[in-house]
Amino acid sequence: MTIRMSSRRRTVALAATGASLALVLSACADTDDGGGGGAGGDGGNAAAPELDCSVYEEFGDLDGTTVTVYTTIVEPEAETQQNSYKPFEECTGVTVEYEASREMEAQLPVRVQAGNPPDIAILPQPGLLNTLVTQYDAVLPAPEGVEANVDEFWSEDWKEYGTVDGTFYAAPLGSNVKSYVWYSPSMFEEAGYEVPETWDDMMALTEEIAATDAIPWCAGVESGDATGWPGTDWIEDVVLRTAGPEVYDQWYTHEIPFNDPQIVEAFDAAGEILKNPDYVNGGLGGVDSIATATWTDAGYPILEGSCWMHRAANFYQTQWPEGTEVAPDGDVYAFYLPAETTDERPTLVAGEFIAAFADRPEVEAFQTYLSSSDWANAKAAATPAGGWVSANSGLDPELLATEFDRLSAEILADPATVARFDASDLMPSEVGTGSFWAGITEWFASDASSQEVTDTIEESWPKN
Amino acid sequence: MSTTQPAVAPTAVPPQSGVTERARKAKKRLTSPWASGIAVIIAIAWTVPTFGLLVTSFRPELDIRRSGWWTVFGDAFAGEGVFSLRNYESALFDSSTNLIDYFVNSLVITLPAVFIPITVALLAAYAFAWIDFKGRDILFVAVFALQIVPIQITLIPLLSAYVRTGINGTFWPIWLSHSMFALPLAIFLLHNFMRDIPSSLVEAARVDGAGHVKIFFSVMLPLLTPAIAAFAIFQFLWVWNDLLVGLVMGSTSTSPLTVRVAEMAGSRGGDWHVLSAGAFISILVPLIVFLALQRYFVRGMLAGSVKG
Repeated sequence: MTIRMSSRRRTVALAATGASLALVLSACADTDDGGGGGAGGDGGNAAAPELDCSVYEEFGDLDGTTVTVYTTIVEPEAETQQNSYKPFEECTGVTVEYEASREMEAQLPVRVQAGNPPDIAILPQPGLLNTLVTQYDAVLPAPEGVEANVDEFWSEDWKEYGTVDGTFYAAPLGSNVKSYVWYSPSMFEEAGYEVPETWDDMMALTEEIAATDAIPWCAGVESGDATGWPGTDWIEDVVLRTAGPEVYDQWYTHEIPFNDPQIVEAFDAAGEILKNPDYVNGGLGGVDSIATATWTDAGYPILEGSCWMHRAANFYQTQWPEGTEVAPDGDVYAFYLPAETTDERPTLVAGEFIAAFADRPEVEAFQTYLSSSDWANAKAAATPAGGWVSANSGLDPELLATEFDRLSAEILADPATVARFDASDLMPSEVGTGSFWAGITEWFASDASSQEVTDTIEESWPKN
Repeated sequence: MSTTQPAVAPTAVPPQSGVTERARKAKKRLTSPWASGIAVIIAIAWTVPTFGLLVTSFRPELDIRRSGWWTVFGDAFAGEGVFSLRNYESALFDSSTNLIDYFVNSLVITLPAVFIPITVALLAAYAFAWIDFKGRDILFVAVFALQIVPIQITLIPLLSAYVRTGINGTFWPIWLSHSMFALPLAIFLLHNFMRDIPSSLVEAARVDGAGHVKIFFSVMLPLLTPAIAAFAIFQFLWVWNDLLVGLVMGSTSTSPLTVRVAEMAGSRGGDWHVLSAGAFISILVPLIVFLALQRYFVRGMLAGSVKG
């Protein structure tokens, strides 16, 4: 037996357009502590704007105080997250104590109930904010400085997601763009395919690829105890396109039932691709293999040439195997999941929000910092390998590390973009993280029709 | 053990006494190819998942994602390089926090969490077994019945009590919680074992003028060693492998290894291939403890739980 030591260390954060830089770093820095690369001395950091410390003087002398942060952002992303706090810590002398756990969403309510909440929690979805506010009355309304920042740098929609019952609590932090289709630029070029501009173009392209006996799409929704979420994103994206943003809003607020004909129609439209054995599941198996394919690996068949298109969010960028070049002329890249026309661009987004459980001056100062464009720029500069973007309008796209991140920022900033938050994060958790996930998995795994699946999910909607 | 030695070859050494004859018969009755066969099958079935995990932990990331661990043997015979230490490298070094810190935390948590309940349970078990006081039986049943309380429902009340007393953030919440959850079973096992010690022994000691303290240390403790060792191993494995209590009661500076291993999969679960290596690193200590002390484990568990 031969033992093979992998010659490159895994740069968890994806090589991207900055692949050359990343590869140089990874090739020589074998004992470096890993992650997305440290802050010190990277070229990207030089571009980080100086933080104007005077903003934080109004909070008084904060030197020596501590702010605790509780979040789901664990290694390796945790490192760049913590680096982005450094300008603030240097300015004010505040120490930010960072605690990250994948179980944070379950643990936070426990700590709140036990009277031991963190100062600040970074919530991965508005549904959790809603629970914390309505059930535990624990979150403090955002201070004025934070609200002013959000009014200045974020759109009304985003502010609305951090609002519960008319009170603004949580400023948005980072953003994700989910309406992407990953593909291989070189495969497309060789075959003479164009990136589709409209939904019909995309279906025509799908048919064209299928006519060559290839399987155009690959997908996978397995994700441990969150299995199903990539499938719900698919459906949400299609609802935005076939039914439109207004219906989408009525859908997640339950003004129309989950099994409304327009929603069933969207399921069917998605099913034209995802439940068609001629169109899926490239390199992975039949239609039912979507239910069992791990979402992190489901796009890999593109690299092997056995799949052409894979719909996944911008953070799928960080899931490609080490050494994959993410660029318009690289191994993989992504195009915007087209809408019916090119005039409007409905886009599925997601993001994190900052909730505060204490109103000490240092906590408010830190909240203010996190909601400012200064933080967004510091974060961009602290993430030299890319994989992070924000809808904060004060974010300087030039600071973003990769071309793909700049594309995401461009989509978020585009006035034609109609951004809608991931509906499963907004629905009651019984549905959003329960029956919708289970239903969509069932939809792939069995012969259940769109009508049957939506009926079951509608029945599970909590009645009050 | 030595008395059964001759029975190994019954034809060569003819039975000489009633004892060896009985041993031979017992052995014959207890050994059957069927039982052995089933035991072997169970052993294999129980070991295969762990073995698969071990093989997986040495495979490169892409191989783990693309094919099952069993394909590794075919590839290896074909002369392909199929093993890599990369996962262990990631688990040990690819983090800004050192895995050693968590390892030390686990040890710091485990040792007192084993010592405290055993000490308390020994004293309680002695009282329940050998001191007559009013309401003893009811109290004993009550303590034993506490075993049915699921620890999940106690988490929030306990945590708020720790927060109010100001010990939250230290190791005390974890030590105390583990001790509380362990006590009912510990008292029950040790009590049963103590009851089995012939009362004539205790009475003889008493006639010689020994008090409770003297009886406890000079008569009980030496006889109890296997039971204590068995429970210590049991509790050690439980505490070392515990994630729930460590997660809820722990803080950044007191988290055990299990909490860190659970984080290894990354924010979005994309690094799950590192988990197998992390699991094997954390398995090392309990494996050593168990293998070193397993004879106490079986002997002590039987002694405490089965009467007669």
